[in-house]
Amino acid sequence: MKHLKAVNRKAEAMFERIDAEGGEVRGLQEPPPHYPAGCTTIFSPGWEVDAAGTPAGLCQPVERDLYDCYKTCYWPAQVPDYLNNNPDWHSGCGSATQDWRKLDLVFP
Amino acid sequence: MSLVYRSEMHRMEVGGRHYAFLVPSSIFVELDSDARFVLDALESGPKPLVELAADAAKAEVLRELAHVGAVKRPGPELIPMPAKAAKGDAFAPPPLSSLVLNVTNSCNLACRYCYEYGDDRLAKAETASVMNEEVARQSVDLLFAQAKKGQKLQLTFFGGETLLNFKVIQPTVAYARRRSAEEGQFIDFSLTTNATLLTPAIVQWLAENNIGVTVSIDGPKEYQDGMRVYSTGMGSYDVVAPRIRELLKVHRGRPIGARVTVTSKTLDLLRTRQHLVDEMGFYEVGFAPVTSSPGRDYSLGEDGFTRLLEQFEILSEEYVEGALRNHYTGFANMADMMGEVHQGVSKAYPCGAGVGLLGVAPEGDLGLCHRFAGAGDHDFGHVSTGIDAAKRTEHLAKGHLDNRTDCHTCWARSLCSGGCYHEAQVRYGDRFQPNLHYCDYIRSWTELTLRSYARILEGNPAFLERFDRSRAA
Repeated sequence: MKHLKAVNRKAEAMFERIDAEGGEVRGLQEPPPHYPAGCTTIFSPGWEVDAAGTPAGLCQPVERDLYDCYKTCYWPAQVPDYLNNNPDWHSGCGSATQDWRKLDLVFP
Repeated sequence: MSLVYRSEMHRMEVGGRHYAFLVPSSIFVELDSDARFVLDALESGPKPLVELAADAAKAEVLRELAHVGAVKRPGPELIPMPAKAAKGDAFAPPPLSSLVLNVTNSCNLACRYCYEYGDDRLAKAETASVMNEEVARQSVDLLFAQAKKGQKLQLTFFGGETLLNFKVIQPTVAYARRRSAEEGQFIDFSLTTNATLLTPAIVQWLAENNIGVTVSIDGPKEYQDGMRVYSTGMGSYDVVAPRIRELLKVHRGRPIGARVTVTSKTLDLLRTRQHLVDEMGFYEVGFAPVTSSPGRDYSLGEDGFTRLLEQFEILSEEYVEGALRNHYTGFANMADMMGEVHQGVSKAYPCGAGVGLLGVAPEGDLGLCHRFAGAGDHDFGHVSTGIDAAKRTEHLAKGHLDNRTDCHTCWARSLCSGGCYHEAQVRYGDRFQPNLHYCDYIRSWTELTLRSYARILEGNPAFLERFDRSRAA
C-alpha cells in the first residue's frame, strides 16, 4: 500500500490480509493472456474465449450452457443451483433434447 | 463502458492530513494526495474506468482504493442484498454471556428523571418488589446453562437501589462462584449503586470479592442535589460523598467509575469530570443524556443536545491533550467510543441486549435488558422456565440494522446502529424505531471521536495500545 495508510486496527488487519493474499485475482485482464480452466473446456466454452483461444466461437445458446451453470460452474443467480438448494431440478430430464420441458421454474 | 463508483465513507481533514472512515466496514485510513484526487473525482458520481486508470500509476491508486472497498465497480455487490431477516433461521440467538439482575425495584432515592421510579417508567409492577435468593440462583443456573463453554460470563446486579437487597447479592455471588468452579467457566461480577447504603462492611466485601462497582452520581453538590433527592426532597450529596471516598480508598482491585445522568440543568460537564475524577478519585466518568419524554423541564431538547455536544468537545480537547502526555482524564464516553473505532467495530445491533445479554426482573421475568425487565410486553421468558427463544429470534430479526431503513444513508450507522431500545420505547413507543431525535448529535460525536483518534495517533500512538484489549464488553 503506497497511497493509503492504516489508521485503526481494522485497517491494519485488512492491509495485512491483502499483502498475505498477494494482491487480487486478475482473470483474463492483463498479459500474458490467461486461459480459463473450469467452465471453458472444449465441450462448452464459457464467455471468455473459445477452445482456440479467441472469442470467435462464443455465445453458445443458453441451452448449451445450462447444465454447466447448474451443476459444475455454480452460477446460481441465473439457474437453480445443484450444489445447495435444488439437487433434483434436472431429475425429470433424462434427455435434454426430449425432456427439456420438464426443466421447470423454481419457486423459493 | 466500465464505471467506477465511490463507496460510502466519511472524509475529514485533521491537522493537514486527510482521512476516510469507510462505511460499513469501519476501516479508517489516511489518504495521500493521489488517493484524494481519485475520491474527489468520484464525489459527483461514477466515472469510466479508462479515465481513472489512464496509466499504471493511476491504476495502482485505484487498485489500492478498491482493495479496502473505498471504490467499487458495478457488479453483484451493487445490487442491494435482501435483508437477512428474509431467512428466519439466520437469527438463531447466540449463547448467553451476560445477565443483569434487577435485585429490587425499590429505591431509597426518588430521582426525578428515573425510568424505574420517575415520570417515564415502563415496568408494570405497581408495588416495589424484591428478588429472592431462589430466583437469583435460578438466574445463575440459566446463565451457565445457556452459555458457551469457555466464554467469560458476566453477572451484574442492578436496581432500584441494588444494595437494598445486599442480603441476596452475597449468597448469589457465593453460589455463582461455586458453579463457576464446577463448570470451569470464568464469571465476573459487577453492580451499580447510588452509594447511599455503602457501609465499611459492604465496601470490604466488595473489595474482597473484586466486584466491579459503578456509582450513579451527577457531580458536585449542587448538581447531585438538584435531581438525586430523597422522597422528602433532601439532596443526597452529603450522604454519598464520604461513603464514596471510603469505597475508593478501600476497593483498589479494579477501576471504579461514575455514571452521570446529564439533564438540561447539569450541563457543565468539565466541572463534573474534574470533581468526580480529580477531586473524589473516580477512575472515569461516563455521561448519559437523560431518557425522558419530550417536554419534561429537565429533558435535553434540540438545544440540549447541541449544548451537550459543546461540553463533549471541551472534554474531548482535554482528553486529547491528556493522551498526548500519556494521561487518561477519565472521560469514559470517549474512551469507549475510541475503543470501538480502534478495533473497527461494525455493529448490527446498538448494544448486547437480546444478543448475549438479558435482564431479569425481581420476580424472575426475563427482559431485553435491565431497563425492560418486568415490563410486560417485552418479556423474554422466565428464569424458571427458560428463555423464550421465539421472542429473542424475533427481536434479533426486527432489531437488525438491515431492517432500520432510516439508518441506511447514515455514515455513522456502523457505530450507532440506531441507538438505545429503551430510549426509543420511551420516545416513540417502539423500541425498534431508530432514535432520530439525536442523529445529528451522534454524527457530530462520532466525527469528534475520529478526529481525536487521528490526533492521538499522530502525536502519541502508544496511548492507543490500551485499546488493543477491547473495551466493548
